[in-house]
Amino acid sequence: MTEDNATDTEAEDHGPTTFLTKYVWSQDHKVIAIQYGLTAIAIGLVALVLSWLMRMQLGFPGALEFVDQEAYYQYATMHGMIMVIYLLTAIFLGGFGNYLIPLMVGARDMVFPYLNMLSYWVYLIAVLVLVSSFFVPGGPTGAGWTLYPPQSILEGTPGYDWGIILMLTSLVIFIIAFTMGGLNYVTTILQARARGMTLMRMPLTVWGIFVATFMGLLAFPVLFVSGVMLLLDRVIGTSFFVPEIISMGEPLAYGGGSPLLFQHLFWFFGHPEVYIVALPAFGIVSDLLSIHARKNIFGYRMMVWALIGIGALSFIVWAHHMYVSGMDPAFGFFFAVTTLIIAVPTAIKVYNWVLTLWRGDIHLTIPMLFSISFVLTFVFGGLTGLFLGNVVVDVPLSDTYFVVAHFHMVMGVAPIMVVFGAIYHWYPKMTGRMLNGPMGQIHFWVTFLGTYAIYFPMHYLGFVGVPRRYYGYEDIEFIPQSVHDLNAAITVAALFVGVVQLLFLYNLVWSLKRGELAGGNPWRATSLEWQTPNTPPVHGNWGKNMPQVHRWAYDFSVPGADKDFMPQNMPRQSFEAADVHKLDPDPPTAGPPSDDPALPPREGEA
Amino acid sequence: MRFFKIITARPWLGEETAYSAEFDAALGADGLATLKTKRMGLFIFIGVATALFGLFAVAYYMRMMMGGWHMLMEPLILWPNTLILMVGGGLMQWASWLSKQGNVPRAKQAFFAGGIAGLLFLGGQLLAWQELIELGCYAEVNPANAFFYVITGLHGLHLMGGLFVWGNALFKTMGDASPAAITASIELCDYYWHFMLAVWIAIFALLVVT
Repeated sequence: MTEDNATDTEAEDHGPTTFLTKYVWSQDHKVIAIQYGLTAIAIGLVALVLSWLMRMQLGFPGALEFVDQEAYYQYATMHGMIMVIYLLTAIFLGGFGNYLIPLMVGARDMVFPYLNMLSYWVYLIAVLVLVSSFFVPGGPTGAGWTLYPPQSILEGTPGYDWGIILMLTSLVIFIIAFTMGGLNYVTTILQARARGMTLMRMPLTVWGIFVATFMGLLAFPVLFVSGVMLLLDRVIGTSFFVPEIISMGEPLAYGGGSPLLFQHLFWFFGHPEVYIVALPAFGIVSDLLSIHARKNIFGYRMMVWALIGIGALSFIVWAHHMYVSGMDPAFGFFFAVTTLIIAVPTAIKVYNWVLTLWRGDIHLTIPMLFSISFVLTFVFGGLTGLFLGNVVVDVPLSDTYFVVAHFHMVMGVAPIMVVFGAIYHWYPKMTGRMLNGPMGQIHFWVTFLGTYAIYFPMHYLGFVGVPRRYYGYEDIEFIPQSVHDLNAAITVAALFVGVVQLLFLYNLVWSLKRGELAGGNPWRATSLEWQTPNTPPVHGNWGKNMPQVHRWAYDFSVPGADKDFMPQNMPRQSFEAADVHKLDPDPPTAGPPSDDPALPPREGEA
Repeated sequence: MRFFKIITARPWLGEETAYSAEFDAALGADGLATLKTKRMGLFIFIGVATALFGLFAVAYYMRMMMGGWHMLMEPLILWPNTLILMVGGGLMQWASWLSKQGNVPRAKQAFFAGGIAGLLFLGGQLLAWQELIELGCYAEVNPANAFFYVITGLHGLHLMGGLFVWGNALFKTMGDASPAAITASIELCDYYWHFMLAVWIAIFALLVVT
């Protein structure tokens, strides 16, 4: 992929030369990022097909004979787990994190390249273990993506014999891979920034990935703990989570464990996981909106604080996933309050995105279309979150399609919109060529309108009271004919949205050779990754001279400047020093900036 | 406070910053991570591992409140084991101190002995497991047993990881590594040994008290 421009810099490029070390056992963060991204997309395609199969059963019951009850639950489980962990988490942190962190902060590579390579290969093993569960006797687990015991490990649940073991093993392996990657991302951001790149000059993309990685490093151990304990319950018969159970009149050997303990552990991981996926999306979308509206991001500091605030708050809201599991009403009240408080920093972000667009020079490029659609979708899904965050509203809605609609909007569609926007945005940097525009337009409009055609009606299904997790609804009296019609319509929409993703993949391949040549900085962006001497960047990223940073990442349309953007590594100019006071409506109390004591010199150790 | 100061900076004002060489400190001239970077990586890993063990402690405590819990008599061998690990930590500390004093040959010996203490500790833990198994204290009989195996096992795995690094470093010290590189390796192992010791003491205290 990086072949086109590589030849002209042979002299500076001391990177590996054989195919194997360059593209397979590579320690280059860019190659690892692409490996991560492609693997995540491949496994995501599996999950996409699974969702088709489920939709076929719901829209046209019995149309596909091999989708029986067991298969349906297996598909639902694998679809959820793959999408949340193996696609979204992996592509945002392993893919975009790996690619963008060193380039955006001005480093040559991650600080521990070998560990980085190991991280990818361990991730690949986790994916392969997961996939292998499709081929074992009994098939993959059908326990639901939350894997609640005791049902997940007892006879009667599909895949209880092999599927669940492979699922838990795969998760444990994934967490090891993530920890290796996460250590790298955090350490690189803290230690390897270019000269002049203070923390508060980093693009919000890096901030989002940074906070999300920190959260992941704290949250994934919880999944590790619950995964290991559940695995032991299943394999050697311990009773961490399984209570006394009478099965077919016979008591099982288990006793005394608590399924609720698992739920607490799982959601203590599970809720931060939502934000592990969302925060990188927040960061990326902030940058995309700013660049494509040619305007500095509104409220940069607020955006950073909101990221940190959301990250911290997300650790004390987990039990809002458990309102119907039974808990002390005081706890319910506590978690409802913390859940609603999260709306404050989130709303700050949404207002700031909208205000960034306000009076901007909006270019409706494809990344911009996806970014705007993200804001719309996220607001939509977020508002239904306010419904569900309240105990009294959640209890009747909890087991209906309203919840399915809510979480698909807010953490399915919204982040995936950002993934697409980001791929359209950074593809030129990764390959040197633009993605095809018309194909991108079709991809965007079908995806955007199609996902609304899928999830809007689901809210209605929820209000009508259609239960989720059901295999079929044919013989249920309280379900009216309109629900069946709607389900058929949703399935048709889902098939269209799925097919258009194949067009997107085709575009990725087609543009590799035939896309329009992009040049180094096609979007006229300011952040460092667009200022590399080569496109795509070669091994070591910067050639002989490391970049020196003189400004933040959002100097767009600065009054008095020749061009409407000033790259971060562009030295400050005379008119800027004079204008500083005019631009700052609220002069700092400590005096003019020149007198302002510089940040403490050893800031890199924060 | 410094964190507060950092995140209240006003990047759009864009004053020139007078940062010095520390921004180049992450990677040395050889392109490998410097000691400072490695130390930070290690500390972050220690943070993650602390979260992991802390969660097991929480789960242990919560499970204890529920049914089917029987007290576990900890094997007595755990006491000498603890002592061995303490000695190992002390030896590592000594090695680190010696190497910083410039006495590298002596430091290597202490470093070697510290690692051996870690190995002995692992062997002792296996003996403890064996003793429990001979007494019929299987994991599935009693959740207290299960927790004992899981937590000590996980601690053992972490220590094994440390021993792997130690073996690597040992290999390096026998080669032609510079004294600075040896000092760095010893220092990092020293931190990790202390962490392992702290975790073990916390676990052991939890087990003994309950």
